[in-house]
Amino acid sequence: MDSFTTPLLAGTATGALLLIAALGLALTFGQMGVINMAHGEFLMAGAYATYLTQQVVTNTDVSVLVALPVAFLVAGLLGLLLEVTVISWMYRRPLDTLLVTVGVGLVLQQLAKDVFGAQGDPVRTPGWLEGNIDVFGYHWPYRQMFTIVLALMALTALAALLKYSSFGRQIRATVQNRDLAETVGIRTRTVDRITFFVGSGLAGIGGVAVSLISGTNPRLGTAYIISAFLVVVAGGLGQLKGTVIAAFAVGIATSFFADWTSASMAQVATFALVVVFLQVRPQGLFVVRSRGLA
Amino acid sequence: MFSPRTRHVIGTVVALTATISLSACGNKDGEGSAAESCVDTSGDTIKLGFLNSTSGAMAISEQTVRDSLTLAAEEINADGGILGKEIEFVEEDGASDPAIFAEKIDKLLTSDCVAAVFGGWTSASRKAMLPVVEANNGLLFYPVQYEGLEASENIYYTGATTNQQIIPAMDFLASEGVETLFLAGSDYVFPRTANKIIKQYAADLGIEIVGEEYVPLDDDDWTTQVAKIVEADPDFVFNTINGSSNVGFIKAYYEQGLSPETSPIISVSIAEEEAPAMGKDVTGQYAAWNYFQSVESPANEVFINAFKERFGSDRPTSDPMEAAYTSLYLYKNLVEAADSFAVDDINESADGVSFDAPEGTVTIDGENHHIAKTGLIGRINSDNQFDIVWSSEEPIEPDPFLEGYDWWDPSAE
Amino acid sequence: MKSFARSYGPLVAIAVLAVLLLVVAPAVLSPFRLNNLGKYCCWAIAAVGIGLAWGRGGMLVMGQGVFFGIGGYAMAMHLKLEAAGPEGIPDFMLLYGDGTMPGWWEPFRSGAFTLFAIVALPAIAAAILGYAVFKRRVKGAYFAILTQALAVVFATLLIATIQETGGFNGLNQFTFFFGYNLYDPVNKKMVYSIAAGLLVACLVVVWQLYRSRFGELLVATRDAEERVRFLGHDPANVKLAAFVIAAVMASIGGAMFAPIAGIISPSDVDATASIFLIAGVALGGRALLLGPALGAIAVGYGRSTLSESFPDQWTYFLGALFIAVILLFPAGLASLFGKAWSRLPRRKAAPA
Repeated sequence: MDSFTTPLLAGTATGALLLIAALGLALTFGQMGVINMAHGEFLMAGAYATYLTQQVVTNTDVSVLVALPVAFLVAGLLGLLLEVTVISWMYRRPLDTLLVTVGVGLVLQQLAKDVFGAQGDPVRTPGWLEGNIDVFGYHWPYRQMFTIVLALMALTALAALLKYSSFGRQIRATVQNRDLAETVGIRTRTVDRITFFVGSGLAGIGGVAVSLISGTNPRLGTAYIISAFLVVVAGGLGQLKGTVIAAFAVGIATSFFADWTSASMAQVATFALVVVFLQVRPQGLFVVRSRGLA
Repeated sequence: MFSPRTRHVIGTVVALTATISLSACGNKDGEGSAAESCVDTSGDTIKLGFLNSTSGAMAISEQTVRDSLTLAAEEINADGGILGKEIEFVEEDGASDPAIFAEKIDKLLTSDCVAAVFGGWTSASRKAMLPVVEANNGLLFYPVQYEGLEASENIYYTGATTNQQIIPAMDFLASEGVETLFLAGSDYVFPRTANKIIKQYAADLGIEIVGEEYVPLDDDDWTTQVAKIVEADPDFVFNTINGSSNVGFIKAYYEQGLSPETSPIISVSIAEEEAPAMGKDVTGQYAAWNYFQSVESPANEVFINAFKERFGSDRPTSDPMEAAYTSLYLYKNLVEAADSFAVDDINESADGVSFDAPEGTVTIDGENHHIAKTGLIGRINSDNQFDIVWSSEEPIEPDPFLEGYDWWDPSAE
Repeated sequence: MKSFARSYGPLVAIAVLAVLLLVVAPAVLSPFRLNNLGKYCCWAIAAVGIGLAWGRGGMLVMGQGVFFGIGGYAMAMHLKLEAAGPEGIPDFMLLYGDGTMPGWWEPFRSGAFTLFAIVALPAIAAAILGYAVFKRRVKGAYFAILTQALAVVFATLLIATIQETGGFNGLNQFTFFFGYNLYDPVNKKMVYSIAAGLLVACLVVVWQLYRSRFGELLVATRDAEERVRFLGHDPANVKLAAFVIAAVMASIGGAMFAPIAGIISPSDVDATASIFLIAGVALGGRALLLGPALGAIAVGYGRSTLSESFPDQWTYFLGALFIAVILLFPAGLASLFGKAWSRLPRRKAAPA
């Protein structure tokens, strides 16, 4: 039983983490066609925000909860800064934004290394996340459940925002037809900026979850970003459900592959799986019919 | 799709390339003229090269080595230098990239004409430098414990080989009455080789290996693999994980209810520097090294005080740092024993050259260029220092190819 | 006369570069610097291919390290076997493995097979991947991400297969290059000359391709894929051809890199190494003929010298270079100097 429950539950937690990371990516990619390669470094920024919060709020039980909004804000503002200073100048050159953000990612990594040191800093797990529950022999850590809850909350909040708020309607209008949205008086540039802020902020939330796995280090973002991108590619653009299904599918598949073979081979197998999947559905799971994307 | 004209030109180009290649004729018979040493020993300074990664993934570890080398050089200079010559050190960055290490050591040996190079950390960096230093008949001092199975005329190994770290660790486990052992490592050369040795020695000692898991170097999520440790419930976990991946491993280990009371960890890459960076109280876990900051010797007291004074009182000292510090002093003693900076002269009189190092007296083996070192096991205390709980008592003679161990079969799986 | 300059001007520029690389450089540079220049030439060969695929074809290939690695490892396997002797096996298999050699290493004993493999293996790999991707009309950012993921996976695979590929350490300690002792300075010069000669050859090939019907189709596909389709061509085939040629060039660059650097390891072929190649192309001018090659040489030189003077700041330089060049000079620095070097009319960069 254990060789089934362990990868399933651990994989669900990995999938939840990928989901948080991929939601922000899918949002900005879907709306603006911008591939932000520095997204992983926003994740890293969220982890460092957690570390810094723990230096200020020394009560570990509270500090992780305080870190959530802090990380959201830090990563979100970084994203906003990136949008205003760089990306807004490169409108309609999506492949070029991809490269520019590669450069931004490199700079942010080196900056983290210079400011915090290359070794990485410890992040303490709060007492109420210590421990585990025995599920058919797998000592399922509370921390993994917390990650899943966090992902579902982020997902619900984002879905509600998109569906019920007027801002959400503006985003959806912009995604579906930017020109028409402008014609009816939506300030699409402002919408873009807020979208970028929210999308990057979500990476910050992901950073909090990652910091509980491995503390902080400058290269932390790179370990997740490629998987997150594969999730976005497999999930398709414009609909959250594609991203959700793809994230959990990739997370759980990787865990099972790792269980059957090794962690290295699992990476290879997951990549092969995504390429094969794209043979069946080249545009990902779900596609919103719109113009000019991808 | 290609026009005939295109094909025609491609044909021409192939012919052209062949011509160019042939005209740039090489020398097929020559044995390769051995490079003449360009080291200048006429002045009152002697040039040495420090080649460590100050950028890239290994920077944090290698910077500590660079610091100890700098300290040793300053001390030696203050004390009159080597054979009366002041050390002038040339610093280069290996950038955590083996190809860059190969490029830079070539520069140091052939352009800067240094008498010896000190540095390298990963096995990959050492393997990349080896052919270059051999081709130029230079000298390299390598300060890190490694997987053994190597001995070059042009390299001095001042870190431990496997029979000075891995095997003592196993002896310790046997003395503790350990019956079952789980192996956890990063997916690269050192852990794979170390575990090959561990498995064979374990069979000889009657210790059962109940699991073996590897995770890529830059992957930090150990949850799934730790679940297998929980399931196997071993007496001890042998940890050959490298770098930041240790943090993920330690966190996952405690998260799933493991502890030093149930399945303690013995590590070969967690030292004074790493222990406080785990984000977890690791009191009670073990590590195998040849030096701890807690070693009691007059030389160590001097080393610790000098290092803290030079680089800050919050800086701990660790095994690779001590090995690097020792390497420069050993070089000094080697040169003075040979009364020459020439590599062949140094190698000639190398056997038995010793130094009262912080870890204790170390002596060079002239055959394999490793040094005799005492094996130590430390247990982490609440100050993130190591209480020494086991020692090999005597310095262990280096045996990089494990020739003195009859259970060792290099060609077995 | 004018049209002659337009048609053959680039050829003159290539000839000048050839003289600089093959005659001037060996005469003035120290053996160490010349060897470094050899490495830059290898990156430049790969960069020429990237220029073709990305600059002309609009395919952002972010995983060329993979093909660089296929060539590099193929060559390194041969050199390793040559060093081991006729019946011997590579030293690391004795050290880290069980002392047996995987069967697929055996053909690489043959120099002829190795040379064939350096061209054929990347071509086959690129054809399979390209066919799967282009026929399903995966393009733009999707394609870029897939190629980058491929580079990550490739490096992971190499690191995990210690007994077969040397793992993280890679392959090194070569002694002979097709019978020539690699430690003889004369032979080092020869290996350099071959790399530089191959770079010149690749430039001539690409120059001719750009003039051909295929070159026109490629640019047309980049700028308006649908229209190319309506005109009765299959854009997938055009892209596939460019992708395969770029892969083969990267492989040739890698194959020469191994003997010149004396090592090939996963860090020479992973995602970071691939991005490093892109940086040179972007700097030099992706759509120009000489831009990618000159850019790659410049970035390689910058990496050596800047890391000698400012070891810690090198990453900032590389990052800033990406930002500044793509933001301010999307056509590359070379475009500032010589428009005449390129026949390509300056168009707005293609929307992906």
